Amino acid sequence: MTFPSELKYSKTHEWVKFEDETTAYIGITDYAQDQLGDLVFVNLPEEGDEVTRDEAFADVESVKAVSDVMSPVTGTIAEVNEELQDSPEMMNEHPYDAWFIKVTDISECSDLISAEEYEAFIAEEQ
Amino acid sequence: MQNPVKTPLYDAHVALGGKIVEFGGFLLPVQYGTGVIKEHMAVRTAAGLFDVSHMGEFSLTGPDAVKNLNRILTNDFSVMYDGQARYSPMCNEEGGTVDDLIVYKVSDNDYFIVVNAANREKDFSWMESHMEGDVVFRNISDDYAQIALQGPKAEEIIKKLVKEEDIPAKYYSAKWNVKIGDSSCILSRTGYTGEAGFEIYLPSGEGCAMWYLLLETGKEEGLIPCGLGARDTLRLEASMPLYGHELSDVISPLAAGLKTFVKMDKEDFIGKSAMLAADTPKRRRVGLRVTGKGIIREHQDLYIGENKIGVSTSGTHCPYLGYPVAMAYVDAELAEPGTVVEADVRGRRVAAEIVKMPFYKRA
Repeated sequence: MTFPSELKYSKTHEWVKFEDETTAYIGITDYAQDQLGDLVFVNLPEEGDEVTRDEAFADVESVKAVSDVMSPVTGTIAEVNEELQDSPEMMNEHPYDAWFIKVTDISECSDLISAEEYEAFIAEEQ
Repeated sequence: MQNPVKTPLYDAHVALGGKIVEFGGFLLPVQYGTGVIKEHMAVRTAAGLFDVSHMGEFSLTGPDAVKNLNRILTNDFSVMYDGQARYSPMCNEEGGTVDDLIVYKVSDNDYFIVVNAANREKDFSWMESHMEGDVVFRNISDDYAQIALQGPKAEEIIKKLVKEEDIPAKYYSAKWNVKIGDSSCILSRTGYTGEAGFEIYLPSGEGCAMWYLLLETGKEEGLIPCGLGARDTLRLEASMPLYGHELSDVISPLAAGLKTFVKMDKEDFIGKSAMLAADTPKRRRVGLRVTGKGIIREHQDLYIGENKIGVSTSGTHCPYLGYPVAMAYVDAELAEPGTVVEADVRGRRVAAEIVKMPFYKRA
């Protein structure tokens, strides 16, 4: 499993890639996809929707179960990665390329941790 | 609930990287490193190996054995050849389903019964309390490991290990005392995947050795170990009911579409009078093909417009078919293929169409 050091992580297993202080891409971590198993469907929000920190903005379905994806930030969705709907396996194969949404006008953030801290966190969780 | 029990193959699952979960009181792998989709596809296109040691086994012997089977179960066991297997629901007095199971005739007055893992104790007490006359009824579940070898290549693999005359020829039949490796086994041509294949019963202590022997023997054919995840997607794709989902204490086998296995012309059996007295079932089991975006899982309400017309009992994405399906109970008058419904999936409406079952049938 890999955890790129240029990304920030949430304790609910999302990654955040900041473009600048108020713009970021959000996806799920390598650990999350591994835990979920083969992903077969994603229910995405729409461009223009608001997201709120620590609230679900999408759900992903594996063959086994459905799981919420939480937003680590508060802001407005500027872009949605529709490609995931046609190729949900991207989330398993390339979790850090498979971004879900791009958020702008970020006003608030969850307590995000570094790659190193995240790795320690999941080691404890296991 | 008691602490979950390890099956005789537990150590092999851990050694092979199985992700262990609790199911029906047992610790079993939900999947291996390859993942549910690859395991599912292996069974449809090559072969897969499953630990099904959690299933329960009972022995029923004695001159009154067949009389008891005919009274306690809904199917008819009067005419069977040695080694033949027969599927049957088992009902309560109200016509609900206590469990669904398989009965093998070993020989005259000697039967071997296989029941669902989570129902082992319930079934045994139920059957024991209804036994009459001259029989010996024993729960021998802990004596056996059970391994399922399933898929189009299963036959080729078994032929490498078993003499031709020891392989049961017909679907739903078995042979006793079949030598596989160093073990004496029951070799049965049955399964729960919708694919050709075998189920092997052998002494628990020899389970691990058999598991590795089969994996090694089937390597060239593409045999891989599979977990509970694939077992569930395979049985769903093949539209097979699962107790606790499509069947329960309050669901009659008639509503579940299992009429073939309920012999109403038999003299008497538990649940018969209730089924005769009841009207035709108000709801019936149907198959749904999801046409909208999303996956319908169990316990999701089904609607036509604002009218609630049913509820789903199982559902998943089918790896081989490439689309999601579900099974559900809907109002009997609407249970026709072509009916368009919507499921409430966590507050969102997902469209689906009632289709004929099975969703998948092997060529």
